[in-house]
Amino acid sequence: MFSALFNSFESGMIYAIMALGVYLTFRILDFPDMTVEGSFVTGASVAAIMIVNGFSPIVATFCAMVAGFIAGTMTGLLHTKGKINPLLAGILMMIALYSINLRIMGASNIPLLSQTTIITNIQDAWAGTGLDNMLNGLLSIMGLGDSLPKTWAILIVMLIVAVIIQAGMSAFLKTEIGLALRATGDNEAMVKSFSAHTGNMKILGLAIGNALVAFSGSLVAQYNGFSDIGMGIGIIVIGLASVIIGEALFGAKTIARATLAVIGGAIIYRIVVTLALRVEFLDTGDVKLITALIVVGALVIPKISDKQKEKSRKKKRLKELQMRHIETLSKGG
Amino acid sequence: MLQLNQIYKVFNEGTPDEKLALGNLELQMTKGEFVTVIGSNGAGKSTLMNMISGKILPDAGEVIIDGENVSTIEEHARAKMIGRVFQDPMLGTAPHMTIEENMAIAYGRTNRRGFGFGVTKKRKALFKESLSTLHLGLENRMSAKVGLLSGGERQALSLLMATFTDPKILLLDEHTAALDPSRAELVTNLTKEIVEKNQLTTLMVTHNMQQAIDLGNSLIMMDKGQIIFEARGVEKQELTVEKLLNEFQRIKGEKMLNDRAVLI
Repeated sequence: MFSALFNSFESGMIYAIMALGVYLTFRILDFPDMTVEGSFVTGASVAAIMIVNGFSPIVATFCAMVAGFIAGTMTGLLHTKGKINPLLAGILMMIALYSINLRIMGASNIPLLSQTTIITNIQDAWAGTGLDNMLNGLLSIMGLGDSLPKTWAILIVMLIVAVIIQAGMSAFLKTEIGLALRATGDNEAMVKSFSAHTGNMKILGLAIGNALVAFSGSLVAQYNGFSDIGMGIGIIVIGLASVIIGEALFGAKTIARATLAVIGGAIIYRIVVTLALRVEFLDTGDVKLITALIVVGALVIPKISDKQKEKSRKKKRLKELQMRHIETLSKGG
Repeated sequence: MLQLNQIYKVFNEGTPDEKLALGNLELQMTKGEFVTVIGSNGAGKSTLMNMISGKILPDAGEVIIDGENVSTIEEHARAKMIGRVFQDPMLGTAPHMTIEENMAIAYGRTNRRGFGFGVTKKRKALFKESLSTLHLGLENRMSAKVGLLSGGERQALSLLMATFTDPKILLLDEHTAALDPSRAELVTNLTKEIVEKNQLTTLMVTHNMQQAIDLGNSLIMMDKGQIIFEARGVEKQELTVEKLLNEFQRIKGEKMLNDRAVLI
């Protein structure tokens, strides 16, 4: 049980990077970008094929990000220059990327199990520090000694990476360009009248968003030990689930809080899926159904509870008014 | 400051819906001139505004701002010279961003946007000072989301943002029409104050004849894509609603009853 949760924390952190990309396009730009279904795999494919061909995993991961950046730019160009509806531009790019990804990989699956990846690099570097023994010791004291994780490296390094990206993103969204980007998603006519090129802002947002998604895809491939043409299916929904769960649980008052909430949402999503899969009659094929249900729940439950709260507030107020009325009546009498 | 030469614009040409929006329109405005524009629906007032802002480009003719021919320059690039307030208070500001962030976007109109922070300490002081001229107490709510403000407050903020960096031309597109009378008066007074203080070259569209007569130093009346009446200087000062209606009747000589309802 503990190790299953530990793993869901690990992968939650990696998927959080993807969710931050989805947050940027979906929430900030208000652009439902389906490209991510393809660019996630593009990231994985580019990283996998380069690693297999002997490139350093760091170079491979960087190139994966660049590939995602280009994919996002293409979607942006389709939408702004080609005047194609946002949803359709993303879908077209997603379907085009399917073929491109197959071309990149040359097969529908590339195994990475015996390769040096960024993940093995991190683990090797980490092993030297001896922090594992310390942390595991701590766990043993807490009485969790029987299912100690093999390494803390991935969890902690990925947490640091996710938080750096989150901090970078919330700082970027406060710069002059970042403000123009946010305003493009909030009120396009207004920011145009203040001399911002909204088309370029959209392209930039989509490019950064998809670069993050591809980065996440390349890490997932290296973490799982393979890149597969089907690994992007449903990624957009997982991203949305993370964004929506995060907002529902942690709020989105400021940009910094909203982006942190996305990371939290990504981790909670993983935990919920892990827990759901431990139920007897559910198996891995049901993950997409569970995901859809989580998103529906995260969208509907806050609304119902808000309504309930409003109702009880109104009831309470009404009672107060009635009490006051009775009091004045009795005084008067 | 602003010169429109022989502007010609047709929509849906060659179809049964063909509409001449602006026909060989001529307009000259000197620096600091405040022109009010009246006309019934479909007269071409909004097309005129969009033509100047660059939202639409002319089929023929020239738009010249401060000696520069901007006829083919797109809206966002032209916006460096133009401040604009829309009729809908929701259009002029970004609702999910704070007052100071909105101000920072307005501040960025004249220069190239970079990777420096939009809201700095120095700018905050500047924004605060400028917001206090509105006398709405917005200077104390700078980190509130603009969506929380009332329509009148948002429109006052839009006006401030549009005029914040001294535009060469200020376009006001029925910017008080969606407000209740007292808020409309507030925004009208602010408009007068700001335009006078900064000596802005202003073009204001309005449906309210009294407002068109009270504000500004020139008045033009549009119909069917053309300017059919102009009053400048002393002539403008002596205008009354009655005179204006008579003038309109004299020129048009028809369907006054219908337009009377629209114009007043």
